Amino acid sequence: MQATSQDRISGYWLTVMLAMVLSILPFPAVIDMFNPDWVLLALIYWTLAMPEKIGIFNAWMLGLLVDVLTGRVLGLHALDYALISYACIKSHKRLRQHPVPQQSIFVFFFLLFSQMFIFWIENIQGNIDLIFSFWFPVFTGTLFWPLTYFALRSIRIMGRQN
Amino acid sequence: MVLLSVILLAVEHRSSRLNKTRSVLSVLVYPIQLLVSLPVELSEDAYESVVSYSDLKTENQRLKQKQFVDSVKLLKFEALENENIRLRGLLENSFKLGEQVLVAEILSVNLVPYEHIVVVNKGSRFGVKDKQPVLDANGIVGQVLRSLPLSSEVMLITDPNHAIPVQVNRNGLRSIAIGSGLNQLKLPFLPNNADIVPGDLLVTSGLGGTFPQGYPVAIVDNVKVQPNKPFASISAIPKAKLDRIRELLIVWSDSMPVPLIYPMTEPEKETENVEINASHESR
Repeated sequence: MQATSQDRISGYWLTVMLAMVLSILPFPAVIDMFNPDWVLLALIYWTLAMPEKIGIFNAWMLGLLVDVLTGRVLGLHALDYALISYACIKSHKRLRQHPVPQQSIFVFFFLLFSQMFIFWIENIQGNIDLIFSFWFPVFTGTLFWPLTYFALRSIRIMGRQN
Repeated sequence: MVLLSVILLAVEHRSSRLNKTRSVLSVLVYPIQLLVSLPVELSEDAYESVVSYSDLKTENQRLKQKQFVDSVKLLKFEALENENIRLRGLLENSFKLGEQVLVAEILSVNLVPYEHIVVVNKGSRFGVKDKQPVLDANGIVGQVLRSLPLSSEVMLITDPNHAIPVQVNRNGLRSIAIGSGLNQLKLPFLPNNADIVPGDLLVTSGLGGTFPQGYPVAIVDNVKVQPNKPFASISAIPKAKLDRIRELLIVWSDSMPVPLIYPMTEPEKETENVEINASHESR
């Protein structure tokens, strides 16, 4: 039992690292506009899958790392991820029952909230223009949710079998 | 938790007290940035190792010629610099004496879209400090936004949040060039009747103290007079190849007052100049 939970946690860190890599990959500018918040997608999956392991504090720390990684003001993603993970943990029992397309709708609203929140904080700092393409990552993130879901689930099941 | 985050946000926004925390965390995420940048570097290395001998030879030839031309130019520059120091000494003016540079390589990572910020592989362990000017061989690239222990973030002059004090090299007209988010700068504060034409070279004016004076920044590309508005719409293309550079120079410059020199005394020679002289004599 002990070893299994260890494996599951290591799967979490591995995928989160991968998500961080994906989010700073140097894509061409056009693709980069659409690059979703991979870390948040992974976080949503893991909080839904094992809310007893991945708590709000975990999400907060992860957000702090993302802040440093992408050079944002410290606490921006931290607060954002903590709020999202709180919502996920609160609703994980219901969300798990939904089929994936229906989950996507919820994920869409999570991502939308996250992006709105980031815009709001950055706007207080006073260094952002609201252009339409600012919202593109929300849509692509929603489209990528089924992929993320199945990929991460297979990783989690693999971790459980070992 | 929410309260803690809000406090964090507020403190970070107002002061730089959290720099330590950021430095510690940045060491944690640096491996990720390196990992992302690795494939690009490897492919470039691979390309270099398969370049044909004749290509290398022609490139070598070209570089040798360029070096020769440059060193001839430098001969004249040296005399001019000494003269400039002497004249400024007469005026009791300050002059940038030694400028030290550090070569840093850009890591191929992309932090956020819409911001022109790059990560370079030299940080405060090499003595890099915030707000240091960054150049490449052609002109000003940007300034150090944040120096972290192993890396630092450099804001390019084309970032929408970046402004650089410039002056027209031809007539000394001063203005401020603001990044546009594209590979272009804008000069929004020049009146319609300002003496500026396409092709003018913009150099740093040294006002503001961040950038040393007299480095090329951009070339004026388009001047559009707007009769119904107070200011003309002027755009300029940066001299530095911001989208293509791999290596850049981080500059330390000290503005020290030159001691008043009497016209008869010989100006001091810098060690650098002496070295250059020596290399010319050996040639």
